[in-house]
Formats: sequence, C-alpha cells, structure tokens
Amino acid sequence: MIRALIIDDEPLARMVVLEYLQAFKQIEVLQECGDGFEGLKAIQQHQPDLIFLDVQMPKINGFEMLELVEDPPAVIFATAFDEYAIKAFEAHAIDYLLKPFSKERFDKAIEKYLAQATAATPAPKQTETLLETAAQSPAQNERIVVKTGTKVKIIAVQDVEYLQADDDYVSVITAEGAFLKNKTMNFFEKTLDPRQFIRVHRSYIIAIPQITRLDPYEKDSHIAILKSGAKIPVSKTGYAKLKQVLGI
Amino acid sequence: MASSQLSPSKLFGAFAICGVVWAALQAYIINSFGFVWVTALTDSILSALLLSVACWLINNNLRYYQPDKGSYIYLIIWCAALAGGCTAAARWLLPLFDFGQVYLNFLQQSLTIRLFTDFLAIGWMAMISALFYSQLDHKKTEQRKTEAEKLARDAELYNLRQQLQPHFLFNSLNSINALIGFKPDQARKMIHQLSDFLRGTLKKDDQLLVSLSDELQHLNLYLEIEKVRFGHRLQTEISCDGNCGEALLPSMLLQPLVENAIKFGLYDTTEAVTVSIRGEIEDQYLIIMIQNPYDPKTSRPRKGTGFGLSGVQRRLYLIFARNDLMETHANDNIFTTIIKIPQL
Repeated sequence: MIRALIIDDEPLARMVVLEYLQAFKQIEVLQECGDGFEGLKAIQQHQPDLIFLDVQMPKINGFEMLELVEDPPAVIFATAFDEYAIKAFEAHAIDYLLKPFSKERFDKAIEKYLAQATAATPAPKQTETLLETAAQSPAQNERIVVKTGTKVKIIAVQDVEYLQADDDYVSVITAEGAFLKNKTMNFFEKTLDPRQFIRVHRSYIIAIPQITRLDPYEKDSHIAILKSGAKIPVSKTGYAKLKQVLGI
Repeated sequence: MASSQLSPSKLFGAFAICGVVWAALQAYIINSFGFVWVTALTDSILSALLLSVACWLINNNLRYYQPDKGSYIYLIIWCAALAGGCTAAARWLLPLFDFGQVYLNFLQQSLTIRLFTDFLAIGWMAMISALFYSQLDHKKTEQRKTEAEKLARDAELYNLRQQLQPHFLFNSLNSINALIGFKPDQARKMIHQLSDFLRGTLKKDDQLLVSLSDELQHLNLYLEIEKVRFGHRLQTEISCDGNCGEALLPSMLLQPLVENAIKFGLYDTTEAVTVSIRGEIEDQYLIIMIQNPYDPKTSRPRKGTGFGLSGVQRRLYLIFARNDLMETHANDNIFTTIIKIPQL
C-alpha cells in the first residue's frame, strides 16, 4: 500500500486529486491538509510515501513547507501558474501537474512515481536542488522559514543580521535570537540577494546594511562589527568582496 | 557630449577668462598706438567691463527666453543695440579720465571699430548662449519623453497582466473541473460567472467612470468565484450608504484592491477570513474602505507582492493629479485601504 497526503488550500482542488486517485486502489490517502502547517504535522505523523502538494498556500508555501521536512517523501506538485516553480519542477521534480489537469495527465504522473518507487532510488538530493531553484523566485527569497521545536517561524530577510555555519546546519541570527535551518552555507550564498548579503568568511554570511565598522585583525584578516555589536571574522577573500560591494 | 556637462560655474569661469584676455589684447593694441600703459589699461578694462555687462544681459535673456526661428532678427537687433550702448558709454565715460587731446582724438576715430568689435563679441556670446540653452532644453525634453514612454509601457504591461490574471483563471478552471464530477449544476453556474467576469474585464475602458453599483456588481462576480474556490474560508461584507451607488469612480479600480485584500487575508492567516468593502459619501467625495485581516508578524514585505496598491495610487494620480487619494492603515491585525474619489 502506498500512503499518500494531499496538501492544498482549495477544497475543490483536493477533491480533484481524490477523485482521480480512485482508479489507483494501491494508493491510500491518509489525510487532506489545507495549509503548510497542517501538512508538516501530517508528514511527521504519518511519514507518507507520496504527497500531492500545491505551491501557493496560506502562511508558508509548498516549497517552504518542504524545506522544513527532514526526510522529504516523493512529491508530485499541483499548481496553477508560477514561472519560477515551473522552472524548478522541470529540472528536478518527480512530476508536476499544471491546474487544471486531465485524468490522463494525472495517471502519467502516478505511473512515473510508481516506476521510480519500484526502482527504489530515493531522491533527497533531487529535492535539495529542486528547492534551490525554487528559492530563486522573488517571492521566496524575501523570507526564511525555520522550525523552532514544533513551531514554524517566518523570518523576513531584512531582520537577518548574519548567518553562521553550525555543523550540518546554518544558524540564522536575528534580533530575536538564533534559529537553526538544515541548509548549507552554499545554499544561502546562492539564494540570498547578493546586494543584501555577502559571504565574508567560510562560516559567515552577513547582511550588508548591518555593518557599522571594519577593523583590521591579525595579518590579512579583518573583523566586521555589526549594529548589534557582534564581531564577525572577515577572511582575505571576504574582505576583497566587501571592498568591491561597499566601493572602498 | 562635452558641452552638456558644462556646469554654470565652469561657464562663468570661461566667460571671465575670455573677458580678461579680451582686455589684455585691447590694452596691448592701444599701447602699440603709442599711449602709455595707464591709459591703455584704463581704456581696455572699462571697455571690457561694459562688454561683459552686455554679454551677461544677452546670456541671461536667452536662458529664460529661447527665440524661435522667425525671431533671430530681433536677436541681431538686440546685439546691435547692446553694442551701440557699450560704445556710447565708452565715448562718454573715457574722456572723464583726462588723458589728453591726442587720446580724445584717438577715441573719436576708433569709435566705429569699437562698435563693430563689440557687436561681434556680443553676437558671438549670443550664439553660444542660444546653442547651450537650447541643447539643455532639448535634453530635458528628451528625458521627460523617455520617462513618459516608460510609464506608458509599464501601465500597458500592468493592464495586460491584470486582465490575464493567470493564477485566478487557472485555479478557477481547476475548481470547475472538480465540480463537474459531483456538482455539475454548480460547475455550470461557475462557468457563467467566470465568463461574465472575464467579459466585463475585457470590455471595460480604463478611462471610463462607472457608477459604484456597476463596479460592485462586477466585483461580486469575482468574489463569488473566489468563494467557490476557497469555500467557507472566505466571507465578504459589502455595504453601501444611501445614494453612493450612483457615485462615479474609475472602472476596475476596486478590483486590484480587493484582490490584494483577499490574497493577504487568505495567504497570511489560516483561519476563516472576512473581507469587507464599505462605501460612503462625504463632502463631495466617494470614500471606499476595504478591510482584511492580516498577520503583522509574518506578513511578507508588501512591496514585492503586488503592483496592486501602487498601481491604484498611480492611476488615481494620473486621473485626478493628486497623491492624497489613497491611504492604508494597519492595526490590530486588520489592514485597511481607503480611497477617496472626488465627485465632480
């Protein structure tokens, strides 16, 4: 039995998927979720094999929800129109359905999933690159969604002071405190607006408007002092990048 | 272009240097006629000063007033008159210095040549000024033109996108697709609503003023469709005081505002959402208030999400030439947009 979830904020849109799924007796829908929070909870609770996911949803969108899942299941996206999302899908999703989609198209997506599932090649790597592409959409790089305990926190990028590498995680530091995100420094370096953020060190990315002073420190390295008083090491290459951005 | 980068202060500097060179040259010439340096210098400095006053006058004149093609003759008359003035002033002022009879004779004899050189110098100045200011003017006009063109292009694009509304359209079609299976009657009703709405959108002329009741009727089609899509999550309240149904407003003005309210209401919270629209008449203004709940803590930055609000503000400005007709407030989890439409 394949265990599935449907996550979409429009009841009628969920209904279509349910109806089309009736032809596949081996797929069981465990729950329908109306937003990303509910979806997140249901994924943790049921550990499904497959989810049908909408992109535009209340509070957090489908991609942001997926970012918060530790070990994401296979995903078939169902969305109306979003050029960035489509770009992301084309490259990396198992399949994506553009609403409104036909039964034939839906069946094809399921068959594609079934073929991949029997081949037993898990695709967490694929999901990672998918999210990276999706994160380049303008709506997406305005905020960072993190999980604190069981709660989901949405951080506007303007509130970010700096990011610090923390083992396999990245710590996002704001005035309210530090939040862990299971992403790499490279991911943030690629997706954050380069006019706003700059990687000054292997383990640090800082928000440019937060810088108040740059002091020399040992040979070849510097220290950036932020508005909050935090002192961030700046490597030689980081300093060269900073000089270019700040025009000094 | 090099000349366009000339700042007024640089221009003034060049002007002053020309004056000094002119005076030096004149002093040298007078000296070579056998007069002592004091005489030569006094004569040349005074002449140069008079000439610079004339040049300044003609330059200033051209800064604020550009002659059109037919009136260059007046410019020449102006130059001649100023040259005459300079020569006459030199004729009456220089004898006051008492440099002797020989000098006075020289002055008398050189008046014609002074008149012509003054005329040439002033004419030269006039020509340079005319070129400089007309070029400046031209550049400004060009700038305005490109700006206006850009605005027009943006507006057109905005309108196109506004009409297409791909998200709304595709999601509505998807809802219809769902309804066909188990509620065909409702599917049919929704198709009619959607067609009526799209037809209304296509035939509306942006420049036209329509009555509020017409606009609300059109808006209602949109709201009904959205309610089918979002089910119980979306509620609307529309109230309209007394005779404000008759009041006029630019067509399709409310649509982006309501769309914005729905988007923020629905995507910012997970609970049921009530969007309210209220119209009233106050001192010759139609006032429309649109409210939606939102979450101040997690609300996405407004700027990226829509040309909705700024587009409406821009349209109000283009139609009424006023920037104070739209305001927004956010408090207690309620976002309010108020627009005022002058009733003529």
